[in-house]
Amino acid sequence: MLIVSSIITGLGLGSMYGLLALGFYITYSVSQTVNFAQGSSMMLGAVVCYSFAVTLGWPLTLAILVALLVCAMWGWVVERFVVRPFASRGSNAWLMATVAAGIVLENVVLFTYGKEPRSLPSPLAQEPILIGELGVYPLQLLIPIVGLAIACGLHIVSRRTKLGKAQLAVVQNPDAARLLGIDVRKAVVGAFIVSTVFAGIAGILIAPLFNVASDMGTLFGIKAFAVAIIGGIMSPWGVMIAGLAYGVVEALTTSILGSVYTHIVTFGLVIVVLAVMPNGLFGRAEVKKV
Amino acid sequence: MFTKNLISRRGLFATVAASFFALVMGSTVHAADPVKIGLVAALSGQSAKSGEAITRGLTAAMEEINAAGGVLGGRKIELIRRDDESNPAKGQIAARELIFKEKVAVLFGGLDSPVSLAIVPVVNKAKMPFMGVWAAATPITRNGANPNYVFRVSAVDAIVDRRLMQYAKKTYGTKKAGLMLINNPWGESNEKGLKAASKVENVEIVGIEKFEGKDVDVVPQLLRLKNAGADTLFLVANAAPGAQMMKSLGRMGWDVPVVSHWGISGGRFPELAGNMAEKVQFIQTYSFFGEQNERGKKLLKSLIAKHDDIKGPEDVIPPVGIANAYDAMHLVALAINKAGSTDGDAIRKALLSIENYDGLIKNYKKPFTDDNHDALNHNDYVMVRYYGKKIKPVN
Repeated sequence: MLIVSSIITGLGLGSMYGLLALGFYITYSVSQTVNFAQGSSMMLGAVVCYSFAVTLGWPLTLAILVALLVCAMWGWVVERFVVRPFASRGSNAWLMATVAAGIVLENVVLFTYGKEPRSLPSPLAQEPILIGELGVYPLQLLIPIVGLAIACGLHIVSRRTKLGKAQLAVVQNPDAARLLGIDVRKAVVGAFIVSTVFAGIAGILIAPLFNVASDMGTLFGIKAFAVAIIGGIMSPWGVMIAGLAYGVVEALTTSILGSVYTHIVTFGLVIVVLAVMPNGLFGRAEVKKV
Repeated sequence: MFTKNLISRRGLFATVAASFFALVMGSTVHAADPVKIGLVAALSGQSAKSGEAITRGLTAAMEEINAAGGVLGGRKIELIRRDDESNPAKGQIAARELIFKEKVAVLFGGLDSPVSLAIVPVVNKAKMPFMGVWAAATPITRNGANPNYVFRVSAVDAIVDRRLMQYAKKTYGTKKAGLMLINNPWGESNEKGLKAASKVENVEIVGIEKFEGKDVDVVPQLLRLKNAGADTLFLVANAAPGAQMMKSLGRMGWDVPVVSHWGISGGRFPELAGNMAEKVQFIQTYSFFGEQNERGKKLLKSLIAKHDDIKGPEDVIPPVGIANAYDAMHLVALAINKAGSTDGDAIRKALLSIENYDGLIKNYKKPFTDDNHDALNHNDYVMVRYYGKKIKPVN
């Protein structure tokens, strides 16, 4: 029973990591850059949603839409002012710049929203459904569904549609893609916007199970990046599955060894996986022709 | 002409010297200068409510003291607050600023034990009297320093843990205890305390689980305790992580009694934990319900008059913060008067020599001695729980 319920708990947690990690996949697959402010973007979604839904009393659906719009704008800001100025010069400084942007955002939220954690009520997190001995909120079942649906959608878009093929072209050779009439810049901006919107969705979904606070995304962001790397960042399925696996390992470690060992074991495993499989579980080695 | 000039030069020198002297001395000794009292507490963050309550308690006492003529023959008491954001490093910096820059006479501490534990070595080195009014970690006062400048009008983990075990055993017939402790020095302090208490009370501890302040789901930890056969849970955490634990417990549908230390009362626990908040029974040092002594009646009246959000005893939340701070401030004022100065060592000695103070929580008789810097003991605790957003005694 302990094992079964840990797996259920772990899948719920893991799909949250996966959802957030998909954002890393999207930007990396298009521009070979990632937004390290992903954890903060998740927090932004939750905080804006809380502010409109609870503080201002707007209908929840409207609050969610506004929150996702704000996240989209944040994605644009990050790409335009934090990543592009460095990436276009071939510098890797966007790495630190996105981390800094996340910290700036957290502190702005700290000023405006306050530091006290608040609770975002959700009709989907009131009455647990019993699976065996373990109760699960409907919301916990919704999160993996949303995550898998997004991964599935991304797979279809990247393999089957013109848009996806254009994006793949951008990845393989931006200059050639440009010559073929593909707007590379738009593709990159689009990728950042989609990635922060995903983070926002993750934040809004997680908030009722957690507390809404300016620092709620920090640890999530780190774990999600670990998940993206393990999943071999270039595969949406890989990232989602790595997220689920990470969550299950985390819950199982806590159940079997005790909570003191959780981070030691999970992050230790991240190192082991990368040492054995440098391209992650589902990644392929990049082939560079000289 | 020459002589006159010389005299006037001398006169000029004397005037300049005198005014310089007056300027220097004036800044340190002046009969009407207020006596500064410092407070380092969580004024923002998940435990912001605790800092607010402590401020209210201190202010209420200070207003009474100042209205009665202040201390040291007419000097008013003034409160200077700094936010530690529940962060030990920030608390330590704030304490240094208050001691060395603001030159406070006494420093008060807040809710977070890790913050107070970080401040203890600083105050003992600076010979600065430190008064804890909330943080309950045992080693805060029992810190091994001699002379020890740290005093407390609050609960002590070692005694609280004993009381929690006793209460659980009496109320729920607890035989197998499961511990859910926050993973920080405060959790550790209670791990020791609960282990010691379990031996005395003959209760078996079947599992000790730690969790983090940012854990989303602690079902795995709870499952371990459930499988180990725990019949009562002992919770030691602040409001936000405490609420996460209660939410996980609710989701599991495990109906088990939960007794808790008082950390959960420092924030928005009822909002965060939802309908699970009422299931936890926890400890306080004072309740504004029931028959009140004269001080209690007076304090409640002044709190209602002063704060719009206080309409009755149920709105004085969290009560411990207010009650402990109120009594501690009066004890400190007594000590300052007894010491006859704001010298740290003199105040420390004066605190140790207080014989009697008829306070809010109780009638203090020799509250501090060389061996015991804690003014409250196990007879001063009450068990309470949330009823909606209000804290009331159980039964």
